[in-house]
Amino acid sequence: MAELTYREAVAAGIAQEMERDDMVVCLGEDIAAAGGVFKATVGLLEKFGPRRVRDTPIAEQAILGAAMGAAMTGLKPVAEIMFSDFLAVCWDIAANEIAKTRYMTNGQISLPLVIRTGNGGGSRFGAQHSQSVENWAMAIPGLKVVAPSTPADVKGLLAAAIRDPDPVIFFEHKALYATKGEVPDGEHVDTIGTAAIRRQGSDLTIAALGLMVSRAMEAADRLQAEHGISATVLDLRSLVPLDTQAIFSAVSKTGRLYTVEENPRLCGWGAEISSLVAEELFWDLDAPIIRITTPHVPLPAADRLEDLAIPSAARIVETILKTMD
Amino acid sequence: MALVKVHTAAEARTLTNDGIDTATRLALYRSQFEIRTVEKRAYDLFLQNLIKGTSHLAIGQEAIAAGFGTAMLPGDWSFCTYRGHAHTLARGSSMTGVLGELMGRECGLMGGKGGSMHLTDVDKGVMGSYAIIGAHLPIAMGAAWSAQYRGTEQVAVCFFGDGTTNIGAFHEALSMASTWKLPVVFVCENNLYMEYTPISEVTPVKNPAADRAAAYGLDRILIDGNDADVVYRTAQTAIARARAGEGPSLIEALTYRHHGHSRADPGKYRPAEEVAAWLKRDPIPQYRQRLLDSGVAESAILAIEDGIKREVDQATAVAKGSRAPADGLIFKDVWADGGWAWRN
Repeated sequence: MAELTYREAVAAGIAQEMERDDMVVCLGEDIAAAGGVFKATVGLLEKFGPRRVRDTPIAEQAILGAAMGAAMTGLKPVAEIMFSDFLAVCWDIAANEIAKTRYMTNGQISLPLVIRTGNGGGSRFGAQHSQSVENWAMAIPGLKVVAPSTPADVKGLLAAAIRDPDPVIFFEHKALYATKGEVPDGEHVDTIGTAAIRRQGSDLTIAALGLMVSRAMEAADRLQAEHGISATVLDLRSLVPLDTQAIFSAVSKTGRLYTVEENPRLCGWGAEISSLVAEELFWDLDAPIIRITTPHVPLPAADRLEDLAIPSAARIVETILKTMD
Repeated sequence: MALVKVHTAAEARTLTNDGIDTATRLALYRSQFEIRTVEKRAYDLFLQNLIKGTSHLAIGQEAIAAGFGTAMLPGDWSFCTYRGHAHTLARGSSMTGVLGELMGRECGLMGGKGGSMHLTDVDKGVMGSYAIIGAHLPIAMGAAWSAQYRGTEQVAVCFFGDGTTNIGAFHEALSMASTWKLPVVFVCENNLYMEYTPISEVTPVKNPAADRAAAYGLDRILIDGNDADVVYRTAQTAIARARAGEGPSLIEALTYRHHGHSRADPGKYRPAEEVAAWLKRDPIPQYRQRLLDSGVAESAILAIEDGIKREVDQATAVAKGSRAPADGLIFKDVWADGGWAWRN
């Protein structure tokens, strides 16, 4: 095991796949010579050269269009959209073209491509550079949606995404890039569509994603230490496909479910999970499902306000205590 | 509007109708006549309510599809718009597959899942028909990148209308394709109207594609899109340039659609004299006359025409007789494993 940062794990995952498959190529704004604005692609240009690691103009439709056209003709592109907010600029290519083409063509066209993107808040960038937009992608049939929370998952799930024959949107959390973690040595490939239990408890289940996983863990530790409440923390890791069996298994053991979502409330992923649990696991529930989300507002920039808006460990603890009577 | 004199880039300026052999000429005519006959049939089937939804016919614009389709090699790729029946047929797709898809039948090119605006036939190099204006320009550029990367010498040809030149994806694709010197040919079919509005009313330059070529370091190429020979020669030049690694081309081909934008549009906004002038320049009778003038026997032309009419009748009968797609097709091919599962 080696200790890598989350951002180093991105480059490590891509490099692992580029070494084994010459059809894997990277493109995006400032990803080559500069190593990415988040330094997540450092070293790839030096290792694989400008033919395989290409800087593009600031042209998101061109980036995703190029990835799509390349994928349908034999390449396995890894495209970077610098901030996930910018997906709105090229959403036509993602939602109308990439997501639908295999289906519309009755399986004639395959699109093995990955769209990597920096997602989420906590960096004081304001409303256009901080959004959590994984629920946008989740709403479109034909897109796989992955959001890792640890360096090991970044490497393993990114490798799996690159090998996946379908388009994957890979949400890297900006506030996690500097975090460190153990990453298995040698080839590491994970399985998309599997959640991970980060902490086993008996009183309630917290389902979380991305940055919210560490906050759920901190909340669970405090609930245990200060209130004797034992929580399971489930890291969803992927929204499409969704590991409903892992969710159902955890909820049926604990009888209570809390979702912790960084996305604004309306139609966040927790709404779908709540609906699934209510429909299929209602009689196993001891209490209403509670969603802890960013309120339905654009994210403010000031640190004080952003910290209040995004679910914190304190808010998770407070909400759980209030609803555990 | 009077058709402007043909101006071409330096390498295309020497274009001449000489030197196109009779076999190629007959192929160009056959392709145009086939497209016209299938499109007319599609129109009739629409009136009979056998084609639902919408349909954007290319009647009047056949010379562009035929010219490029004849100049392209089997491995080359076509990227089409919702007005894509013509370009699909021009690559050799079956009439049954096309008409069946329009009619929502099992025998359709995509089993009925795509419809009129999304005709795709990968085996024939038809990499899709795209119904969001501009989207396929960057996609065609990406296919060209793949050809360049893999060293296959394949060329992507991307067809679009005049209205596309005002959307952002046009700029993004042209800019990156030219910077990366990609083997892609962008073909603007300027039929003078975006949908209902004349392109000249919403565009700051007279020739929406050609006048902007310089911005991408490309030659200004403006051709008569109703002359299949001119289109064919221009296509050959541009495709050869792309294949040789010399980068993309942007071609503006002037043409005219005889019908409205879609089935919902009778095209009443067009001045009668304009329509009449362009009908006189109908590419198909014009080309037929050229064949006769060049010494092709009328019997040979009639044989082609009769053969195509028979084929279209047969294809229509097969498509009419084909079943509706099986219900289970709804759930097929969201993913590469053939299924649609989003959960376990």
